[in-house]
Amino acid sequence: MRYAMVIDTLKCVGCSDCVVACQTENNVPVGYCRDWVTESVGGTYPSVEIELRSERCNHCSNAPCVRCCPTGASHIVEGGIVLVTHDECIGCGACIESCPYDARYTHPDGYVDKCTFCMHRVEKGQKPACVAVCPTKCMYFGDLDDANSEVSQLLKKREHKVLAPEAGTQPNVFYLI
Amino acid sequence: MITRRKFIKISALGMGAATMGAGAIQLLGAHSKSSNYAIQDFTRYPTYCEVCFWKCAGWTYVDKEGNIVKIKGNDKDTHSNGRFCPRGTGGVGMYHDTDRLQVPLIRVKDGDNETFKEATWDEALELIASKMKSIKAKYGPEAFGLLKHGAPGKHMEHLFKSYGSDTIGEPAYAQCRGPRETAFSMTFGSWVGSPEPTDIRDTKCLVLIGSHIGENMHNGQVQEMSDAIDNGATIITVDPRLSTAASKSKYWLAIKPATDLALLLAWIHVIIEEELYDKKYVEQYGYGFDELKNHVRDMTPEWAYGITTIKPSVIRETAREMAHAAPAVIVHPGRHVVWYGDDTQRGRAVAILNGLLGSWGRRGGFYFPEGKSIPKYPHPPYPDTKWSWETLGEQYPLAEMGITTEIIRASIPSEAKDGHLVKAWMVAGTNLIKSIPNKRLIEDAINSIDFMVVVDTMPSDIAGYADVVLPECTYLERYDGIRSASHRHPSIALRMPAAKPKYETKPAWWIAKQIGERLGLQAYFNYKNYEEVLDWQLKKIGSSLEEMQKIGVKNFDREENPLYLSEGEPYEFNTNTGKIEFYSTELENKGFDPLPKYTPHPEPPAGFYRLNYGRAPMHTFSRTVNNPNLNDLMDENSLWVNPKSAKVMGIKNGQYVWLKNQDDILSTFPIKVRITERIRWDSVYMVHGFGQTNKSMSRTYGKGAADTEMITHIMTDPIMGGTGMRGNFVMLLTENPHTNKNAPQKEEQES
Repeated sequence: MRYAMVIDTLKCVGCSDCVVACQTENNVPVGYCRDWVTESVGGTYPSVEIELRSERCNHCSNAPCVRCCPTGASHIVEGGIVLVTHDECIGCGACIESCPYDARYTHPDGYVDKCTFCMHRVEKGQKPACVAVCPTKCMYFGDLDDANSEVSQLLKKREHKVLAPEAGTQPNVFYLI
Repeated sequence: MITRRKFIKISALGMGAATMGAGAIQLLGAHSKSSNYAIQDFTRYPTYCEVCFWKCAGWTYVDKEGNIVKIKGNDKDTHSNGRFCPRGTGGVGMYHDTDRLQVPLIRVKDGDNETFKEATWDEALELIASKMKSIKAKYGPEAFGLLKHGAPGKHMEHLFKSYGSDTIGEPAYAQCRGPRETAFSMTFGSWVGSPEPTDIRDTKCLVLIGSHIGENMHNGQVQEMSDAIDNGATIITVDPRLSTAASKSKYWLAIKPATDLALLLAWIHVIIEEELYDKKYVEQYGYGFDELKNHVRDMTPEWAYGITTIKPSVIRETAREMAHAAPAVIVHPGRHVVWYGDDTQRGRAVAILNGLLGSWGRRGGFYFPEGKSIPKYPHPPYPDTKWSWETLGEQYPLAEMGITTEIIRASIPSEAKDGHLVKAWMVAGTNLIKSIPNKRLIEDAINSIDFMVVVDTMPSDIAGYADVVLPECTYLERYDGIRSASHRHPSIALRMPAAKPKYETKPAWWIAKQIGERLGLQAYFNYKNYEEVLDWQLKKIGSSLEEMQKIGVKNFDREENPLYLSEGEPYEFNTNTGKIEFYSTELENKGFDPLPKYTPHPEPPAGFYRLNYGRAPMHTFSRTVNNPNLNDLMDENSLWVNPKSAKVMGIKNGQYVWLKNQDDILSTFPIKVRITERIRWDSVYMVHGFGQTNKSMSRTYGKGAADTEMITHIMTDPIMGGTGMRGNFVMLLTENPHTNKNAPQKEEQES
């Protein structure tokens, strides 16, 4: 089992619904977020292109945040989901520094928090909140170990990329381009 | 100007407009510190969204303590297909916003000063009822106007019609989609309506004329555009700005602003000259094709090139793309289409193009929507009125709804005609200061009228001008009318409260009934509560309140005609000739051009840039700018400036500038510059709804600028009274201009 998210940048309109749905699903305080949207613009008017991306923790197979956590609060569970046990987190921030995706933040209650791929939903057979809400249906979630899963098929058929490949983190969030 | 009515900041009351910093609003109980994720059983209640007019149906989730924690779409709903947009998802913020109006307020004079005092509902309602009685006695009920929007507007409309006034208007018409409705009526004998019956899901070619789907987050439409992208549909976007939709398009036509009609006529020219139109369809259903053909004979792509800056080869290629996809092609009617005053004629060109391509009533074009008609809860007939919105708008012969600006004009004694003077207003669910251009006209009117009531959930700009402010509860705390959707099949949705109204807020139906009863109109409000009305109506159409409380949405089979025309099917259109009128007999009868013509519009003088404005996907104008969840996503607007123009002006990215328009009007607040290649060098762009002047909107007060403030030159559509707003030009000022004598009114600046 290797959970992954595949996001189609050709369909994303950057509406940030994924951000609000995550906040209300996971009780992320207003002012903080576990996912966010970026826009990059290239070219000169009128030959201009933009890419919109919904970003979050990449649940890396080679996760620097897990390696550097002094207490073991950051850990990987079945399916490759990277989690933080809030009670074990001392809020030292080493993981925040180590993450090339800036995916983690310190919760006002003192612990480090980030995307869980909505594991509580996934366990019940549901999609993560961001995937379930997306009006453009540009986000897909599934098991990369299953060659027939939607995510495996999309990566097989479509051109794609990961963010910061040079960091060697083996991210599990992919962008269709 | 001496103002009789001073703008009152609601926070001046010491009403406890507590500023909630980032992170301060945390929902209780949904989340344990030791767990990585939230696990809790929630109770859910059906609702349909009120954050915009798309009215998606969904579920409000409430935790064990009774806190509203989240809202999700209803899978059975045709508007959302189970997926809410960011505004719908963030609708929880409307409920949690501590800046909400909390108690009724009454304007009181304290020497020279004016302020609001907190009042009981009884006091406030008595005062309104007594004013309504005295206006009726002195001037007739018609002199009490209603300017409204959304669900509360519907309840107030019933109150006003029962009382004897049909002096009713809403910005959704003359400030938004009016021209396209008239244009499509003239051509196909039918309004476009809402949601638009565009079959985007199955289209092969979608043409957007300035329509920024994806930034206007009209949910079902955005979803279907995404389906169309998946299906490999061609998207053609005409926009001087690289909108999100333009970035998804095969063709982005970066048109010179204000010249769209020339492009449309050239497309019509190509489609006729190259015989690319649907000959059978045009022959069977069309009227006036030969006149159209003659009319566009010289409107070549070469002619249009000089006007639009779009290359002739691109005009031809895109016309062929459309024809190749026909009839599965949609030249989208747009939504906010009041641009240059010839908007009905531009809408006509859009409709004609669809007619030539045979897309009306065809799969992948426009389908025939069907809705469920909801029986009216019994009440006596409304009294006749001596005059109404129609009288006030009669110089615009094809206006089909009340023109807000005409009601506003009729409130100024020197402007009122034939003694039809409006003496009082109720403003329900619309922030007129942001939704209507020409602030001076509104302020003149406000200073002229005797009395104004504002019904709102938020202390919006307009609330500061009211004599009485009534705090409405949010849509998550009330019952409302049944949402009956016209769609591919009929469906209905229920809105029910998920929590008790916070503070002293009340639902609009209750407010209307209370005022009605005080006016002796009990017969029009013959029910104890709104559940009674809903249950009666639902039982008439084969459901019940009990059933709808469980399911939220009920879908019905179509009973009328099929979704699309069948091949060669005889069909009578609801026009004078029973045909699709390329040549409009109705426009001709009323003395207007029966075929659309291109007219040049004013261009920005040196040093000025055309002001364009639009939407952001996470906001519905000024309605959501203070919503904690949505404000968190975007807390101010920015002014988009092309790098070349920025260089000429010496302006840097992120710098704050003030705006001055062609009439020397200054923006109250500065706006942050965003230098981007996504905008043409001759125009600037900003998202509408920001620049709040009411301090009690703590998150958003003074953040960003208001486009409406800069829109003082109005080009009125002579056909239906739409207020064309895209002929305004702004200059960027790097120094605060308000240190001089042109400073804005002091009371708006001070805390």
